[in-house]
Amino acid sequence: MTLEDIIKESKTFYCLECGKCSSICPVSRYDPAYSPRVMVENALLGLEDELVHNKELFSCLTCYACQLKCPSDVDYPLFIQKMRAVASSSGETGQCAHSGVLHSLIRLMANPAVKQSRLEWLSDGYRTSDQSDVLFFVGCAPYFDQLFDFEAKTLDIAKDSLRILNHLGIEPRLLPNEKCCGHDMLWTGDIETFKRLAEHNAALIREAGVKKIIFSCPECYRTFKEDYPKYVTMDCELQHISESLAAAIEKDGLSFNPVKMKVTYHDSCRLGRHLGIYEPPRQVLRAIPGVEFVEMKQVREESLCCGTSAFTNCDLYSKQIRVERLLEAKGSGAEVLITSCPKCRIHFRCAMVSKGEEKGPDVEIEVSDIVNLVAKALEGKPNE
Amino acid sequence: MNEFEPLVLAFCCNWCTYVSADVIGTSRIQYPHNVRIVRVMCSGMVDPIYILRAFEAGIDGVLVCGCHYVDCHYINGPLKCDAMFNRLKGLVNILGLEDERLRRKMVAASEGLGFVAIVEETVDQLKKLGPSPFKKARKEAIA
Repeated sequence: MTLEDIIKESKTFYCLECGKCSSICPVSRYDPAYSPRVMVENALLGLEDELVHNKELFSCLTCYACQLKCPSDVDYPLFIQKMRAVASSSGETGQCAHSGVLHSLIRLMANPAVKQSRLEWLSDGYRTSDQSDVLFFVGCAPYFDQLFDFEAKTLDIAKDSLRILNHLGIEPRLLPNEKCCGHDMLWTGDIETFKRLAEHNAALIREAGVKKIIFSCPECYRTFKEDYPKYVTMDCELQHISESLAAAIEKDGLSFNPVKMKVTYHDSCRLGRHLGIYEPPRQVLRAIPGVEFVEMKQVREESLCCGTSAFTNCDLYSKQIRVERLLEAKGSGAEVLITSCPKCRIHFRCAMVSKGEEKGPDVEIEVSDIVNLVAKALEGKPNE
Repeated sequence: MNEFEPLVLAFCCNWCTYVSADVIGTSRIQYPHNVRIVRVMCSGMVDPIYILRAFEAGIDGVLVCGCHYVDCHYINGPLKCDAMFNRLKGLVNILGLEDERLRRKMVAASEGLGFVAIVEETVDQLKKLGPSPFKKARKEAIA
């Protein structure tokens, strides 16, 4: 793809140079060297080399905050996605967090010969069925749980999601050799690996004859919904688990045990701005008796990103964004910060433990996924 | 010619295992030629990414060798190595990699014959296992 094609596809030529993107951008707020407007301007001036070899290209969080503010509807995240593919094919990569272990793992996983044993955590307590036409897409939870030593507890999200689905009377199917959805590969420009993963997953799902897929990770959800149709064919209904819960509350009058807790909710970029799902998680939180739900200052479309996406260019600025968000959560008076994305939780936990020598502000707050809270509120209730 | 010759990458600590491998060389003791040694200053500095990259590049097995706990030149390197290794082992196990392909051993400077035994054992096991699953597809990709 040439620069011209990218400009056409992302409608960059509509740019009015108003600079709204740079003023809303959470990265620009802390990193004065980064500006979406300058990036777009360089593209329009045809300065391809300058763009491709700019390390800041990988700093964008692809959080969609700029895109929602843009008066000319320039799709800046798409522009970044395509530019990164160009950069990646000329050998440029971002600064990969965790020394690139996650990206390397995904590339290894994309190998067709790989036979994973990713369902070791599954015990007899969960009901799954190989005949079911509802699929629960586990995602990378087993890997994250093994890799991070700071209580990321991503596997608990998978387990609690299964518990919830069982409670709703769904015995989902799990795929023993599903692979990473490829989100991080797509957003770091490794299109070839992404395609391989997408084709593998789509083939597995077609073979299984699945009609509906439920996700606990918004990144997988977004990738399946927005990006897979461009590369593979798959005919399934897609749903985030918070949507399934909200529907169950509305239609079947799903009720919960009281949980005494003051919580606030963090809109993840993928579930919120990318897919426009703001209400279902809030509906779920309000439905649990005893839960006092307070909002932070920046919510819904205005929500602040957790500071890193696709595990690239996680730097001091990312940390500052994270600290800002955590302070905001603490400032709301809540005891627990509820997230709906496993990666947001990983990044927040990371900001708390990796304080280093300098003593920053106290950002310690319990971070919990929405499914953890719901599973707690459903404990001991008879199944629906 | 037809027998599969695995390629093993060995990360050896400068103070113990590398010295022992050196002694083996100067003593003219024979051991399998399948091993490629990378000298590192301490087994505690081996990052998971070195190992994953090696597998990506098509290495059949990786050995991480360093000092015994009490011998470390940097006080607690082997403990750091243990922590790294256990986490990585868990990850590659989920990926479906066989246990024999990734091993961690402690070899002191005086245990040259021990190093030979470890290399021989690893190469034997890898010959039985065949090429790494990551390698096969890499070859296909090149072809």
